[in-house]
Amino acid sequence: MQKTRYAAAAVAAVAAVAALTLSACGGGETPESGSGGEGGGESLRIGIKFDQPGLGYDEGGSYSGFDVDVAKYVAGELGVTEENIEFVEAPSANRENLLSNNQVDMIFATYSITDTRKETVDFAGPYFVAGQDLLVPTDSDIAGPEDLEGKNLCSVTGSTSAQKIKDQYPGVQLVEQPGYAECVTAMGGGQIDAVTTDDIILAGLAAQEANAGKFKVVGNTFSEENYGVGLPKGSDRCEDINAAITKMIDDGAWEEAITRNTEGADYTFNAELNPPTPAPCA
Amino acid sequence: MSAQQVLFDAPGPRARRNILIGNIVGVLVVLGILAWVVSALAGKGQLAASMWTPFLESRTWEFFILPGLGNTLKAAGIAIVTSVAFGLIFGIGRLSHVAPIRWVAGVVVEFLRAVPVLLMMIFFWLALGSSGAVKPQDAPLIAVVLALTLYNGSVIAELVRSGVYGLPKGQREAGMAIGLTRNQSLRSIEVPQALIAMLPALISQFVVILKDSALGFIITYPELLQYTRRLGVGEGNVIPSLFVAAAIFIAINFALSTLATRLSVLLSFRTKGRRPAAKEAIAMDAAST
Amino acid sequence: MENYLSLFETYNVPEAFWVNIQLSFWAAIWALIIGTVLALFRISPIPSLQWFGAAYVNIFRNTPLTIILAFGFLGLFSVMQINLAGELDVSLFRIAIVGLSLYHAAFVCEAIRSGVNTVPIGQAEAARAIGLSFLPAARLIILPQAFRGAIAPLGNVLIALIKNSTVAAAGSVATEASGLMKTMIEFRSDLVIPIFLTFALGFVILVIPIGLLTTWASRKLAVAR
Repeated sequence: MQKTRYAAAAVAAVAAVAALTLSACGGGETPESGSGGEGGGESLRIGIKFDQPGLGYDEGGSYSGFDVDVAKYVAGELGVTEENIEFVEAPSANRENLLSNNQVDMIFATYSITDTRKETVDFAGPYFVAGQDLLVPTDSDIAGPEDLEGKNLCSVTGSTSAQKIKDQYPGVQLVEQPGYAECVTAMGGGQIDAVTTDDIILAGLAAQEANAGKFKVVGNTFSEENYGVGLPKGSDRCEDINAAITKMIDDGAWEEAITRNTEGADYTFNAELNPPTPAPCA
Repeated sequence: MSAQQVLFDAPGPRARRNILIGNIVGVLVVLGILAWVVSALAGKGQLAASMWTPFLESRTWEFFILPGLGNTLKAAGIAIVTSVAFGLIFGIGRLSHVAPIRWVAGVVVEFLRAVPVLLMMIFFWLALGSSGAVKPQDAPLIAVVLALTLYNGSVIAELVRSGVYGLPKGQREAGMAIGLTRNQSLRSIEVPQALIAMLPALISQFVVILKDSALGFIITYPELLQYTRRLGVGEGNVIPSLFVAAAIFIAINFALSTLATRLSVLLSFRTKGRRPAAKEAIAMDAAST
Repeated sequence: MENYLSLFETYNVPEAFWVNIQLSFWAAIWALIIGTVLALFRISPIPSLQWFGAAYVNIFRNTPLTIILAFGFLGLFSVMQINLAGELDVSLFRIAIVGLSLYHAAFVCEAIRSGVNTVPIGQAEAARAIGLSFLPAARLIILPQAFRGAIAPLGNVLIALIKNSTVAAAGSVATEASGLMKTMIEFRSDLVIPIFLTFALGFVILVIPIGLLTTWASRKLAVAR
């Protein structure tokens, strides 16, 4: 009988552990409050991309990229030192949720300001105006989407920007991959003729050490994406952030950050639209 | 027919020569395939030292591979526990003498075994993410664990059921004879024995859970494959990174598979009952991803 | 309800399933061929082939399919620059079939080996007694019985293959069912549960008849002993 009781106890224990784990999973309803309040000795939780070299990239313990540089500058202007910033990964699909659940205080993650998004979150900025562009091998003569007829174009799965090109030029062969890195690898092997997304993202990819000199950004943007700072609805930080962005542009740190993060990519930002003037806060 | 030597004679001189020739040809073909792969990779610069040196740096392991492996093991570990619990509950449910319980458990198990794990993962990920019921950054992990639990739990439920069916009838009769109810006999006599008999198949299922956790990559769960991809992006060595990720998975799963094989040899002496008929068929479910 | 039905006007769900069926069909044929050859290797008298068969099975069985399909796109297509067709999407479709075939061949091999194990030793002894050497004995006596004994496990591999064809999205066949489901949910998050149930039911309809059929066939064709 000893043995059976032991077995029953084991079964019960497994069930109990499972129940605990399950309840632990379901226990996320109470969102933690984001930062340590508005008072002194502040810390900030900032959402960035972790896998976008040149914009927001996890170097292993430290973070690099243009978004990260702007975030650090703005945080400094808000009185938060670098060691008090906690960077949180903000994948595109999660950005609105991270903000509305107060998981982060602000987001710098190639976040375009759109009317739909404005319904759920607030934006400061823009701090950069990007545009959809093409990345091609250095010796390619593709100069714009009209040259893509019959060519192979790569973008990430579900990207609307690539689908637009495909709709306009039916001869384009579209490949969808989980990330731009896969596209760039395929283009390095000559199987893909062009990669499309925002120009600064492409520049960041081309500026990587491993890709240096292999690719160029065409420099013929055909859309306008205003990168803004995502904030929770009703945040009171918008004005301060806009002031910080303006200061960063004025003292040259902004341009220096772009140059540093796109070095080796043979890229110049669209000077007609950049640097932008932050839009007035709502 | 396990003694495979029976398939061919103790080789005589001519057969030995043929086998030797076949062996040499076989070795050459295998080496040829390997050489082709190596030269093709080298021709594209994938074997250059700079592609592989990142794996000698402690930074790579500390910030990419180990955190990724940790997340993989976390998701797989939780899913193993919850799958076993799910499997026990529904396996016993399918054996219940109350017909409605049996039917419900049967429909649930058959349904979940037929739905691809990836579909469930994507569904839970998007549904949880937009419902706001969980923290957004937790949604991928919960989706991975839920999907793995529902599918593998159903397979384990079938293992429990076939394990109990495989037991000699005398076990239940003996239980009844000493005055246990059917449920008591099930819980305290049959299922514990079935668990031991199904242990090898259960461990094979753990291999499936570990492999399927790599699907989490598709729904942005930062597991090993996701981290090695990110490493490959930064270092420009996507293919070497994939090789390393694959090698780690193979090493862990191979160890688990070997354990399962050893156990099944060991346990074949221990459980003397009728051979669980469905065991082999169900172990083949390991094909899932 | 009207909302739900309008989904089918915007998105072609049957076409996505058709992609999965085609992927599974071709991968099943190739996996069966490769898996049978591997099983022959493993029961052959030649040590290097036995070793190769075992190594293949252990490597492919223990690697996540996600990684194998990623290798297909990044390794075979991008770096080795292997094109299996002139058209890009056809080429990627075939690369996904290669990945699915190589992976499931390991399980086909194991299924056939378990089928070989159902053949009594006396059959092999009898084959040898009438003077058949390894290949004729395998072809005429062992494999025909082994296949019949392997129907149920082979059916399970086929079911797994159909479900696993959804992973081909990671190998860039974005038109298949799981990819379409993701797009549909992202655009119509109000209908997330009906959309999921539609796709889940589609797989239930595909998979359950195969399970019933192979169970029936394995009973019907079982070698009476």
